[in-house]
Amino acid sequence: MEPSLVTSIGKIQLERPVMLASGILGISLDVFNRLYRSGAGAVVSKSLSTEPWDGYPNPTIFGINGGGWINAVGLSNPGAQNFAKMIEPNKDVPIIISLVGSIPEDFSTMVEQFKNSKVIAYELNLSCPHVAKVGLEVGDDPELVKKIVSTVKNSTNVPIIAKVGLGTTHYLNTVNAAIDSGIDAITAINTIRAIAIDVETQRPILSNKFGGLSGTPIKPIALRCVYEISSKYNIPIIGCGGISTWEDAIEFILAGASAIQIGSAIGDNWIHVFNDINNGIFQYMKRKGYSKIDEMIGLAKKS
Amino acid sequence: MQRNLNHTKICVIEKVIDETPTVRTLIFSDDIMSSVLPGQFAMVWIPGINELPMSVMIAQEPGKAAFTVRKHGPASTGLFNVKIGQQIGVRGPYGNSFDLKQGKLLLVGGGTGLVPMMRLLTHIKPNDDVTVLIGAKSKNEVFFEDLANNLLKNNTHRVIVTTDDGTYGEKGFVTDMVEKLVNEISFDGIYTCGPEIMMYKTVHLAHSKGLFVQASLERMMKCGVGICGSCCVGEDLVCKDGTVFDGEHLISNKEFGHFHRNKAGILENY
Repeated sequence: MEPSLVTSIGKIQLERPVMLASGILGISLDVFNRLYRSGAGAVVSKSLSTEPWDGYPNPTIFGINGGGWINAVGLSNPGAQNFAKMIEPNKDVPIIISLVGSIPEDFSTMVEQFKNSKVIAYELNLSCPHVAKVGLEVGDDPELVKKIVSTVKNSTNVPIIAKVGLGTTHYLNTVNAAIDSGIDAITAINTIRAIAIDVETQRPILSNKFGGLSGTPIKPIALRCVYEISSKYNIPIIGCGGISTWEDAIEFILAGASAIQIGSAIGDNWIHVFNDINNGIFQYMKRKGYSKIDEMIGLAKKS
Repeated sequence: MQRNLNHTKICVIEKVIDETPTVRTLIFSDDIMSSVLPGQFAMVWIPGINELPMSVMIAQEPGKAAFTVRKHGPASTGLFNVKIGQQIGVRGPYGNSFDLKQGKLLLVGGGTGLVPMMRLLTHIKPNDDVTVLIGAKSKNEVFFEDLANNLLKNNTHRVIVTTDDGTYGEKGFVTDMVEKLVNEISFDGIYTCGPEIMMYKTVHLAHSKGLFVQASLERMMKCGVGICGSCCVGEDLVCKDGTVFDGEHLISNKEFGHFHRNKAGILENY
């Protein structure tokens, strides 16, 4: 039997395990359609806020010597209401809506705005490392995380994912708070707070000074987090952080991820990366004799 | 170590040319930027101010390149004000380039959209018959006319300037001249860069005659590398799929000529 790339993240079923990560390319339905045709199993929108945000002035992104990127785009987005209207015509694309806010009501207000949209899940951004009062600053407060997750759970029957990152609170405490409040899945991890300095002009390069490090340098760290979460909790996990090849994707699955997300690799390899990884996973499964993704999830923990 | 093209390279401005009261060309040395293809762009950092996408101008000296900027918003005004000896950061080049045909060629440029047109002129073949149209609002905004004639001195060519107010060259919009020319001449290739409405009309005029046409588009950009999505036009990303698109493709894109996105990603009318 030919291997199947279908995977389940709890109640969320995807045709393919490779998704577009939040913050990447996600502002137009036309682009979503293209990414879906290019092999993405689902696309996650940019993190949406209750009002449109311009984000930070440029420079907002910078390529690190030795690989990887540092960015502080600043969560620019058209706002939840505008975005909901934009995706109204969506028929085919499995869309996950990423939400960012400071208080539980921000999230419940936005969920309400998507009630007529075809959305397969919400991903709560508890981990953006470069914008004040949201993202990681929320994720660092497990009590606030509990309130937000409970509020969103009470607002919708659509599955909810918490995207966690490395902040000042141990991320496992954030994961724990989210699970306690009924979260359906965890995405791990976001970019890691970082800075780049230009030696000639002797100043930080990004306009926001601090940004988030992404790409291949953070992959082993993200992989460690997925391994730790899956070792400690019985919760579906989406692996994210520096994945650029099918081998990376398989590593995350073996560590306990049910699906993976791609971001920076698009900047390096463009959107062919989705099908390259899908095909690589398929060939690996064929070679190893697996028929379903599920058979491989977490296998590395048995050894 | 091989240079990481996504890592800003600091360059020193060596020469500044005032093209018009609002347009300047800043020249610097960089081997990679000196040899980019017409249509490609760089992300240009003005330390402490901003970073913006710029088509890479020719500098007519080996190993040198330039940026020709019109002061407009904070970023472009910041670049406009950079003095000789000051530093800018450059990353790239990014994007694709024009598919250069041979034979009768028509280049249509407006404002700083002339930059990739001038670079394109450095790639033409000796037997090409080249017409360059330069559109400007008024006489004091005309630039690169002498440069175009100079670059074409060994070719059969003509450089036609149009001004909206008739203070120099032919009176009228440059697209009026495009319409006239495509009715008279079966061009082998038409290339355009400049204001979107000008490119929209040029693409449609050329396409209506079945002529090969390409346009180099401009959009608000943050990353330049296909990550942020700011520069999307329909399903196309100007930074990765462009900046150069075939007219045939653009005609089927419902945003081209009508909408661009603001910093928040909301569609706005031209």
